[in-house]
Amino acid sequence: MAQHKVDFASNAGLPIALTSVDKLLNWGRSNSLWPLTYGLACCAIEMMASGGSRYDFDRMGTIFRASPRQSDVMILAGTLSKKHSEFARRLYDQMTEPKWVISMGSCANTGGMFNTYATVQGVDRIVPVDIYLPGCAPRPETLQYALMMLQKKIRSESANMNNNKKQDLRLI
Amino acid sequence: MRKYVPKDNVQKKSYYTDRFWVAPRVPQSDVEEGSHFASVVDALGDRVLCAYISLGQLIVTIKHQDNYSTLETLKDECGYKVCTELSAVDYLAQDGEFEIFYQMLNLDDALRVRVVCRIPDGEAIETTVPLFKSANFAEREMYDMFGIKINNHPFHKRIIMPDDWEGHPLLKTYPLQGDEFASWYEVDKIFGKEYRDVIGPENRDASRIDRYDTKRFSRVGYEVDFDADISKGESKTPIEYSQTVLVDYTTGTEQLDERR
Ligand code: SF4
Repeated sequence: MAQHKVDFASNAGLPIALTSVDKLLNWGRSNSLWPLTYGLACCAIEMMASGGSRYDFDRMGTIFRASPRQSDVMILAGTLSKKHSEFARRLYDQMTEPKWVISMGSCANTGGMFNTYATVQGVDRIVPVDIYLPGCAPRPETLQYALMMLQKKIRSESANMNNNKKQDLRLI
Repeated sequence: MRKYVPKDNVQKKSYYTDRFWVAPRVPQSDVEEGSHFASVVDALGDRVLCAYISLGQLIVTIKHQDNYSTLETLKDECGYKVCTELSAVDYLAQDGEFEIFYQMLNLDDALRVRVVCRIPDGEAIETTVPLFKSANFAEREMYDMFGIKINNHPFHKRIIMPDDWEGHPLLKTYPLQGDEFASWYEVDKIFGKEYRDVIGPENRDASRIDRYDTKRFSRVGYEVDFDADISKGESKTPIEYSQTVLVDYTTGTEQLDERR
């Protein structure tokens, strides 16, 4: 057992310092999320409402950004068609690490009522999803709650994205 | 005595058919002598195979080789300057043919004519884009959805489905939930075919309820152990409701005091 004990005196308290760095970084990341302005169908209307003044995403440090290069959250709001899936994936690939995905609405989660040849049956087939948000369409409050859950998730992650298990999933 | 009807297989059949139900048909009438439509039929001459009036519209049946010249006559001589819609109907199973229709509009007299023709499977139809710009997208859509080829179309390409799509979705033989190609399209395209194994067969209908699946479902009042086999039926478990005390605050608080 003894060899597993960390000798804080000999390695200069590094683990403690790292966890604090983690906390600091995650605090910064979680409180300034920049989602991509990316609406696909009717759910996008609710996403716009969340971003507007009445529901006010800004108070959580969340401001929509029109370029994937400058954003770190992708909210897939709506029905993803098969023809568009390629571009959705390309936008996801263009976002800089660290990045997270919220799948908003039944359509993005499972294909929803569009159980047809032309709709992607769940966006987790093409991008790794962090938060699934049910509803058709989810109300802006629900999206805010999803965002708060995502913040909670980010705060519990390791700041080094390579240490997170999700990294393995990210390729799928 | 009542007539004997075989009862086996009865659940697979439609459970109710009205003996007296007659499929409704839109009433049809002949073209009136001396009317505007009569002059249209005259202008088209012997290209007309059959003409009648239905819902105030003239419906003209022609041969599919005559489609360009018919629309040209309608446009230049009869004032039908707008082609509002053109598409096809799949009658392959019934007759081995498609029905192609052109819906024409005369803005001066507020009248409409439908030009209908039948085309055998595998034959191409002449384009009408030189006459009507609106036919450009409509013909591409017709090709995309039914696979009917268009001769001399300026940009003969799919319009709604992706360019590398296989199959024509509006054919009656095309499955609603897509064939093998359709269900793996996005995976094949983004990750390559090998990723089909990584992702595994998709669960297309997430809201499906399986009566005998005791891993994910349980019947209220018939709860069984996790993953128990209930294909031979399950026994009823009595439901216990929690006791709730209702307090009527409007009549006083004695009840509440009593509870306290
Ligand atoms: S989940 Fe409902 S509201 Fe959202 S995109 Fe689908 S159909 Fe529209």
